[in-house]
Amino acid sequence: METALTTRRLTLAYDRAIIIQDLNIEIPAHQITALVGSNGCGKSTLLKGLARLLKPQSGTVYLDGVAIVKRSTKDVAKRLGLLPQSPTAPEGLTVRELVAQGRYPHQSWLQQWSEEDDRFTNQALAITGMGELSDRPLDSLSGGQRQRAWIAMALAQNTEILLLDEPTTFLDLAHQIEVLDLLYDLNQTQGRTIVMVLHDLNQACRYADYLVAMRQGQIYAQGNPAEVMTEVMVQEVFGLKSRIVTDPVAGTPLCIPISKKMAVNQSYLASGS
Amino acid sequence: MGVSAGYGEYSISPLDVIKTLLGLQTDNPDYEFVIHTLRLPRMMTAFLVGIGLAIAGTILQGLTRNPLAAPEIIGVESGAGLAAVSLIVLFPSVPLFVLPIAAFLGALITALLVYGLSWNGGSSPMRLILIGVGVGAIASAFTSLMITFGNIYDVSQALVWLAGSVYGRTWQHVQALLPWLMVLIPISFVWARELNTLNLGDDVARGLGSAVGWQRGFLLLVAVALSGASVAVAGTIGFVGLMAPHLARQFVGTAHEGLIPTAALLGGLIVVLADLLGRSLFAPIEIPCGVITAAVGAPYFLYLLYQNRNA
Repeated sequence: METALTTRRLTLAYDRAIIIQDLNIEIPAHQITALVGSNGCGKSTLLKGLARLLKPQSGTVYLDGVAIVKRSTKDVAKRLGLLPQSPTAPEGLTVRELVAQGRYPHQSWLQQWSEEDDRFTNQALAITGMGELSDRPLDSLSGGQRQRAWIAMALAQNTEILLLDEPTTFLDLAHQIEVLDLLYDLNQTQGRTIVMVLHDLNQACRYADYLVAMRQGQIYAQGNPAEVMTEVMVQEVFGLKSRIVTDPVAGTPLCIPISKKMAVNQSYLASGS
Repeated sequence: MGVSAGYGEYSISPLDVIKTLLGLQTDNPDYEFVIHTLRLPRMMTAFLVGIGLAIAGTILQGLTRNPLAAPEIIGVESGAGLAAVSLIVLFPSVPLFVLPIAAFLGALITALLVYGLSWNGGSSPMRLILIGVGVGAIASAFTSLMITFGNIYDVSQALVWLAGSVYGRTWQHVQALLPWLMVLIPISFVWARELNTLNLGDDVARGLGSAVGWQRGFLLLVAVALSGASVAVAGTIGFVGLMAPHLARQFVGTAHEGLIPTAALLGGLIVVLADLLGRSLFAPIEIPCGVITAAVGAPYFLYLLYQNRNA
């Protein structure tokens, strides 16, 4: 398996509080990887570590087999794009201005704005369907449109690897699917490597080729969603009883939580499960 | 600006102002003295000071992502003020040309102190503002202390300077300020792009390959140098660094390539206008332009606070 990002005994901490200790992971190239786990399990921290936003306390992140800290941050930005969780833009910034920011790592003192920058900006606007809204200020858009604008910025960066921290938070269901479909398309048509933190297990199973379940800063299970997604895993990682069935639409695993308080439907018990 | 050169205790018609500036003959030989020696350097100083403060404010607002940031907010102007007042009160015999240097050093030390204290494995915008306000308050307190205990003559001199005025500024003052601006303005133009990126927040900026830590430090230094040099020449003229970027944003939006020059121009005009008003409102009594900008700027600051109450 070709890997895009690898960590060796990676330890990440905020000040003294160690979040992730001695973690080894191999992110497969040209695939969609989803990181899942309960709140505070360290999945966002791991994503930050992979994106060299957080300096490891010990251990190393490798990008293309080279330690990421040894490469210049602009070089890394040409290979790896990042969308943090709920980013904010200054008031009045237009969609086009935001998307154009994605070209930053490709520019220098001498080479300011080029035709290529123009091309990738327009392309990113077109792919995300933001072309018509490109002159609108970001703060006048809906949550879904805003999120698409940010994704467009990451696309304009034109990196092989895209890391996204909860790209679907604060979006309604239709917009969640819209954003995930967009990422799926990018992976399918352009072979981009996508790593994202997701809260919704069923969406993770549906869209990811590779599922990573985390617990207390460690990897609990990783692999094909069909193998990783088990009732035992949901119990151990989320502390939640559940049934795993097959998603009637996508054929991927579907997690049905079992409530502790509400009565279970009689016909469910009668079916002998 | 033509009006500013013409209007005053000694009125000159706009036409004669233009004639004098172009070196043409006018009916009154006094015009040349009034315009070239008194009004023009004063106006130029006001304009340049406004430019310096406006660019400093634009940079600070961009890199802290805080619409309320300005040289006077992060304590830089108070630091410069303290240094200058200390000099006036403690060493009254020191020649006047030392004053600007002291003010600049005061601004620099305050900025380094604020930046050092707010550095916590990284530099968060909110910490920077809070510590800036705190350090600024301490500097102002020490300034008040100096004024309370100082010799009455020295104190009155210090108070005039503290209020922010371009009264009696000569071509020497313009010459003292101009080199700073000629270096710092082009730097701020070139770094506009970096400011755009920093303006998206630390994580996004790092993700885009921006070296956030030292870029913020460098831009902070540029802003400090601009405000220090301006304060050194004209004292603490408040709220220009706060107002000019906001007004400029109404015209050209948030991209710093357009914002910096527009804010600079507006800042310059604001101080020139404030000086003109200060000279003419209660003539022959002159009100320092710093008082005028504060009278307009303080309500504007409250309005911004009110607007940002939910942010």
